[in-house]
Amino acid sequence: MAFKLSDEQLELQRGFRDFVAGRFPIEKLGQLADGAKDATLWGELAEMGVFSLRLAEARGGLGLFHVDAALIFEELGRALVPGPVVWTHLAAGLIDGAATGETVVTGLDLTTNRHTPFVIEHLEDAGAVLVLKNDGVWRVDPSTIEATTVDVPLDPLTPVHHASRLPDGERIADAQAADALGLLGATLSSALMLGIAEATSDMGVAYAKERQQFDKPIGTFQAIKHMLADTFVRQELARAAVYAAAGTLDHPEVGDVATAVAEAKLVAGESAMKNCRTCVQVHGGMGYTWEVPVHYFLKRTWILESTFGSVDEHADRIAATFGG
Amino acid sequence: MDLRPTEAEEKFRHELRSWLSDAVPAHGTPPPRENWPARRAWDTGWQRKMFEAGWAGISWPQAFGGREASLIEQLIYYEEYARAKAPYVGVNFVGLLHGGPTLIVEGTDAQKEKHIEHILRGEQVWCQGFSEPSAGSDLASLRTRAERDGEQYVVNGHKIWTSFAQVADYCELLVRTDPEVRKHAGITWLIMPMDLPGIEVRPLPTLHGEGEFSEVFLDNVRIPVENRVGAENDGWRVTNVTLRFERGTAFAGEMYDLKRWLAEIAAEAQKVTDHGSRAWDDASLRREIGHLQADIDGLWNLLKLSIGQADESGVPAIGASAVKLFFTELKQRIGDMAMRVLGRAVLGRSDMAGMPVEYFSYEALQSLSMTIAAGSSQIQRKIIGERILGLPKDK
Repeated sequence: MAFKLSDEQLELQRGFRDFVAGRFPIEKLGQLADGAKDATLWGELAEMGVFSLRLAEARGGLGLFHVDAALIFEELGRALVPGPVVWTHLAAGLIDGAATGETVVTGLDLTTNRHTPFVIEHLEDAGAVLVLKNDGVWRVDPSTIEATTVDVPLDPLTPVHHASRLPDGERIADAQAADALGLLGATLSSALMLGIAEATSDMGVAYAKERQQFDKPIGTFQAIKHMLADTFVRQELARAAVYAAAGTLDHPEVGDVATAVAEAKLVAGESAMKNCRTCVQVHGGMGYTWEVPVHYFLKRTWILESTFGSVDEHADRIAATFGG
Repeated sequence: MDLRPTEAEEKFRHELRSWLSDAVPAHGTPPPRENWPARRAWDTGWQRKMFEAGWAGISWPQAFGGREASLIEQLIYYEEYARAKAPYVGVNFVGLLHGGPTLIVEGTDAQKEKHIEHILRGEQVWCQGFSEPSAGSDLASLRTRAERDGEQYVVNGHKIWTSFAQVADYCELLVRTDPEVRKHAGITWLIMPMDLPGIEVRPLPTLHGEGEFSEVFLDNVRIPVENRVGAENDGWRVTNVTLRFERGTAFAGEMYDLKRWLAEIAAEAQKVTDHGSRAWDDASLRREIGHLQADIDGLWNLLKLSIGQADESGVPAIGASAVKLFFTELKQRIGDMAMRVLGRAVLGRSDMAGMPVEYFSYEALQSLSMTIAAGSSQIQRKIIGERILGLPKDK
């Protein structure tokens, strides 16, 4: 058993982190929120293999593993790269053009969340909507959905539409595939939240070293130091859970995939949510402003936590493994 | 990253499991908690069997009779050990996890000769004389005084929270040899035979009402200079060698036990309790149990991940404080759940109406010690904040 990243995996992660840091620095969040567009980002992500990396080389992919995908998504989360990255990754190999970034794919997971109205992210840019249902995977043409734009979305970088009804569309894969895509979607969403947990822990720590009150950096005070220590613990717990889920998807014989994924989604969701809140609190009055970018992380976490099963839904699933 | 076990790991697991499956039942049931001589005999008898079968000192170097297992093998060891419900390390704890490893690194040849194999064989029981009434988290402020008189140290002072003192042969003792210098610089590490004149052991009942702890009063106890480990006044460094052993894989077995305990709590919650309604019928209780399960498995994976990294670098895992902190607080949350499931049956501490009240309440109460001992949760957060996150110290 090797529960550690290989040298190649460390290199892959470092390389991708550098790319994202250069291509999507934190200032971009504010610029895009103010209405700026970045027309080439999606294509560049596709070129880096974000959507195709697990496809076989013969199909234009990189032939990599779930763990590698988790590492890439951890970095996308750390930088808060916008767009339906998870759904387009899920669609690679299922919907033409998804792997290459030519078709932007969004989706809805109705196996976990059946609330109406249906709230769909990034519908305007989407060439296809992937719908996971208990009886299979359905492809819906965005132009057939009677949807209303939400004027002010919670996350300024995640536009949403709502619709009270959803056309059936075309069934493109069976129930087993829907199940598998749900597990993968939950894992990649967990990886994004792991990245968010790390980013907000780092931001909180950096601010606590710099911000002076009572003639000292506020990180000197135990009340602040202990809150930040907890962000580190939660981040490491999330890392362990997410890597374990991805490692189990790669080699299902080592454990129970569904449980490992549910645990990752729960632990990463809680980790990201609590770390974002701590980060706001450590930033004090500035943390409540639009200017400090912490709020983007918290808002994105709300979105990710609610897709592919919430913390509560996964807790229920895990409890069900005890029978009774 | 590859979570599949190697052939060698499977073989190791199989050998251990097969030995435990015979040896554990053959060792019988443990004596009553308050019968300390019987507990010593039971714990050390088990240690002797492990030694003879080649399973003692799982992390110790082979040169000192240990198994020298890799960290992953150690994890398998603790997993199988807990799964088989093998005896708790008990009175062997200090010798195996503190005293022995410290002597391996810092002891003289004569000290190694006199103690190491005997600890491994279950022939020597050790206790720890570190904490004092006014030196808990601030251990380096200890005051027990040792003055040199020829080839002996004359020791006077008061130690507290000393586990197994009533049955120990030796004590790893921290004393102040130089009161003039800054507090960390004047400490010395001594091996104190517990049968020397001037040592008085008084029981200090825990909140269980039991006598695991003692206070140890030292009145002109004369300890030979040859019992000093490391140089005079270098005891703080020697101590940190010791404390490091407390924060690695040491909790692995107990973590595995925790997983089993939660399963038992869930099973208990599913039994009918009152008028046909079960604790398990409460959706919020089920959800909380699911949450606890995710956290236990997350913790177990965190341990594996931090071991995976440490095995490569050879240094103890950087995340050891995180593991200790999360584990001990999680055990308390699970203890709370156990009490919640039992309801008012916990108003007694013995089994009631077929419910395992004694076991659950014992563990729940015991968990209170874990966020205090071996570096309190507050000290762990300070370590994480300052040493890992680089936050400034408060001077």
